[in-house]
Amino acid sequence: MTTDALHPSASGAGPVWRGWRRWLFTTSHKDIGTLYLTFSLIMFFAGGILAELIRAQLIQPGMRLVEPNTFNSLVSEHGLTMIFLAIMPALVGLANWQIPLMIGAPDMALPRVNNWSFWLLPFAAILLWSGFLMAGGAPDAGWTFYAPLSTKYGPPSIDFMIFAIHLMGISSVMGALNIIVTIINLRAPSMRMMDMPLFVWSWLITAFLLLLAMPILAGVVTMVLADRHFGTSFFNAAGGGDPVLFQHLFWFFGHPEVYIMILPVFGVISEILPTFSRKPLFGRVSMIYAIAAIALLSVIVWAHHMFAVGLPVTAQLFFMYSTMLISVPTGVKVFNWTATMWRGSLTFETPMLFALGFLFLFTIGGLSGLMLADVPADYQYTRSYFVVAHLHYVLVTGSLFGIIAAVYYWLPKWTGHRIDERIGRWHFWLSLVSSNLLFFPMHFAGLSGMPRRVADYAPQFAPFNLASSIGAFIFGASQLLFVWAVIKAIRGGEPAGDRPWEGARGLEWTLPSPPPAHTFATPPSPEVVRAEGPHGYD
Amino acid sequence: MTEAHANGYYVAPPSPWPPLAAAGAFLLLGGFALWLHGYGPLVSAIGGAVVVFVAFRWFGAVIGESRAGVYHAASNRSFRYGMMWFIFSEVMFFGVFFGALFYLHYLAVPWLGGEGAKGAAHLLWPHFVNQWPLLVPPNPSEFTIPKEAMGPLGIPTFNTVVLMSSGVTVILAHRALLAERRRALAGWLAVTIALGLAFVALQAHEYRHAYLDLNLTLNSGVYGSTFFLLTGFHGLHVILGATVLTVILARVLQGDFSPADHFGFKAASWYWHFVDAVWVGLYLFVYWW
Ligand code: HEM
Ligand SMILES: [Cu+2]
Repeated sequence: MTTDALHPSASGAGPVWRGWRRWLFTTSHKDIGTLYLTFSLIMFFAGGILAELIRAQLIQPGMRLVEPNTFNSLVSEHGLTMIFLAIMPALVGLANWQIPLMIGAPDMALPRVNNWSFWLLPFAAILLWSGFLMAGGAPDAGWTFYAPLSTKYGPPSIDFMIFAIHLMGISSVMGALNIIVTIINLRAPSMRMMDMPLFVWSWLITAFLLLLAMPILAGVVTMVLADRHFGTSFFNAAGGGDPVLFQHLFWFFGHPEVYIMILPVFGVISEILPTFSRKPLFGRVSMIYAIAAIALLSVIVWAHHMFAVGLPVTAQLFFMYSTMLISVPTGVKVFNWTATMWRGSLTFETPMLFALGFLFLFTIGGLSGLMLADVPADYQYTRSYFVVAHLHYVLVTGSLFGIIAAVYYWLPKWTGHRIDERIGRWHFWLSLVSSNLLFFPMHFAGLSGMPRRVADYAPQFAPFNLASSIGAFIFGASQLLFVWAVIKAIRGGEPAGDRPWEGARGLEWTLPSPPPAHTFATPPSPEVVRAEGPHGYD
Repeated sequence: MTEAHANGYYVAPPSPWPPLAAAGAFLLLGGFALWLHGYGPLVSAIGGAVVVFVAFRWFGAVIGESRAGVYHAASNRSFRYGMMWFIFSEVMFFGVFFGALFYLHYLAVPWLGGEGAKGAAHLLWPHFVNQWPLLVPPNPSEFTIPKEAMGPLGIPTFNTVVLMSSGVTVILAHRALLAERRRALAGWLAVTIALGLAFVALQAHEYRHAYLDLNLTLNSGVYGSTFFLLTGFHGLHVILGATVLTVILARVLQGDFSPADHFGFKAASWYWHFVDAVWVGLYLFVYWW
């Protein structure tokens, strides 16, 4: 092909940019994965600083560290940053690095779109955080920005938040369709759908959820913008609208969104547990169906966030039962993960430790979710710290632990160096203890009546909050160990070899570590695909 | 799948357009927020210019690659699936506005009027009467009260015919493309674009009528809100679709597209059919119900 000389393809070398241009112009899934993960780590610390400020303000009743209004901004920006700029980009970063390597594809299907998806995010971050410099302060209506807090009473910065959300939405939609197309179209020819690694499956399903959910969010913020500036009254009862409509639309996006943040992690855990148990995943096919079932159900449960706003009783019943139904496929997953370890030859390297931490602590979050799904009980718990405990068990000790496990697991592949197990172990045990010190007392604070999103509280909640704040400081500091471990592996260390974890199966482990710039320009052979597939342990 | 590898799947080389496109989008939207707060449209305009410029260069690069023959079946399949799922996300985007329309029409407004499970809301504005199209909102003093609703007959029905015919003419253009009748292809495409523009012009006329004669505005309560947001976003999509079709027409005139290979044409026509289909929903649910 003469054109190959002009236009480098997977099989030829491209013009090589060095320095900042390499990162700006790149079309390589590996570079883009690195960009996503680095950006997410930075935003994780940015959001973390807000969280530490929140916990400092709440360390004892009567504190006057920040003004109540500023406190509202801290809480809102913390949530928005962690969800849209830390957790989600980290998961897309993992997808970028891993999916092409795991399915034997030369790159993502649409490499330029891929880079665009990434670069929208730093700009969104600027818009989102610009509010801190504005009169009226940063967005203060919570990460859920209910109307009329965000419409009639919202500060000017809400408009910037709205456009930040538009940018993040475009990024997610483009990222999701890229992932779908890559998996469907660029898989190694001999890899059947049902033989795809679980991480790939979980991302395929997540990508569909993203395509479904993100446009909804875009529509909702557009209506908020119109209500704020163009005289519409979607969420204003005086004009025939309804603030509850905002909640319906938001949560129609919002509940799938929480599953968007956990399903890829389910995939990660399903890769790590077999590796360190040296056994195939138990009930592999049922795991795939369980993810699909969770994704389907996640679209019809949204109103469990609104039990107390005054829904018709039939609606409450429907949403209560549909929510409880989700625990069935979730239970299947937890059962299968546990059964995977049953009689395996277990070892406890850092990725395995975090995966086990996930298994126990995420389950706690699932159980508190079940309590919240019960309408009469939720009347007591809703808007209280119990909800904060629930969401942090599923998101911090769930999603975040899973992301950390994934980074430790694949870092040797990406950098070519083994991780420092000593730092990893310290990181794990400190995180485990401190996160429980941080989040477990929130259950009690909530059950005894402490509302969420308040800058001050009654003295009887003081012990719980003191414990939480101490936990928060230790947890935050411990994450510096993670940065240390990552930087150390990037800079050097024991060579990882192709397959640093002897029990690992998957096409990524057939490549050198670090993999060369272009991988799988020719597809892996059917024999390799079979040997690294689900039957690789036979 | 097989060709993906056999021919060496084309992975685009590093490119400045994606980060520039992101910067353009940032200026466009961030500038719009500044505009809302009294800083004028300048930043937004610069952003818009950047976006248009990048679109030209980026699509130009893709067209160049396509002409150079680096795309094989697998690349084309990527584009095709990508476009399909993009349209799916657009369907969801319109879905929100339709969802809001149904909720307001069938639940919120009746409740405010004292009907149904949450009829206690009537206590808020005891004089409020449930009706749809909602001409008198619960608190009339805050809103511009329209004289009457926008009826379905006249322009909306005529526009339906216009847009539906444009769906047919784009199919005829495709037929002509497959049969290698280039003049017919260009002709039908031009007719399609003209019909699209006619639709937009009539819609603009209808908006004028709404604002000046009927007193129906964005500020007329939820009826005006849903009417203008739904038809407005649809209109924007028609304008975008017509612009894309115009680019396609320019490429046709330059000799692009063959019966075997015309993804750009197909993507544009899918988009056009999608815009058509949304209109059918609008016509039924915004104008008739
Ligand atoms: C067994 C599965 C789960 C059930 C039954 C469940 C149930 C619930 C319910 C009923 C609420 C509303 C509480 C209230 O506001 O009164 C809630 C809140 C929440 N859940 Fe879950 N949940 C589950 C799993 C998850 C997972 C996996 C995630 C994310 C990874 C998650 C994230 C959240 C978040 C972020 C909130 C708080 C939203 C807010 O800020 O108001 N949940 N959950
Ligand atoms: Cu939920």
